[in-house]
Amino acid sequence: MKEPNDVILRSVTKVAVLIILTFAINLFFSGHHNPGGGFIGGLAFASALTLLFLCYDIETVRENIPVDFKAVTAVGVLISVFTGIGGIIFDRPFLTQAFDYFQLPLFGKTELATAVLFDIGVAMAVIGTAITIISSISEDR
Amino acid sequence: MFELILSTALIFMTLSVLATIYRLVKGPSVSDRVQALDSIGINLISGVAVTSVLLRTTAFFEVILLIGILSFIGTIAFARFLERGVVIEHKRSK
Repeated sequence: MKEPNDVILRSVTKVAVLIILTFAINLFFSGHHNPGGGFIGGLAFASALTLLFLCYDIETVRENIPVDFKAVTAVGVLISVFTGIGGIIFDRPFLTQAFDYFQLPLFGKTELATAVLFDIGVAMAVIGTAITIISSISEDR
Repeated sequence: MFELILSTALIFMTLSVLATIYRLVKGPSVSDRVQALDSIGINLISGVAVTSVLLRTTAFFEVILLIGILSFIGTIAFARFLERGVVIEHKRSK
């Protein structure tokens, strides 16, 4: 019997993973005034990593992305909590956010908000949780 | 007139999704069910596209991309499960 190989899947994955990762970052940064944000950006990122897991195998992906995803979850939650505490330091309620307009080179007038830092924490927590669940479910034994 | 055409298209897409759900429930083999799921995803994409033309907005384009990505990954996962019996291999057989 012929050994099944997946040349087409691997060729498609090399292109599609790039597109999905770019789309995830776009979703993440369109957070405030458009649909998007940390949670859904993290989920799209995790789906790109899932596609890598499907196309290759766990060992190869772990060799090339040597990140402990449980630690990613913990660091993400810590970042979110510390941005919340930042409000308390400036004598405001917990999780108060601030924004201002800055003149940046190449971007022009840009709105920078502290909620993006909170969103980074949320995205890291979502990525870590999703990848941990998927890689521990897929263990055979 | 244009809106009438779009609404008719939406109605027929709904009928097509219903017919696919029949195949999803009834389908004799697993491959039929997987294909039915993929077809439902494609019908959802076209429905969202027609709706965004109907409402004259570009707000739903991200939804289209997301449904496309998720349906693609789901179909690949099912296909691997059918072919190899395992979704994510631990160590690749060279």
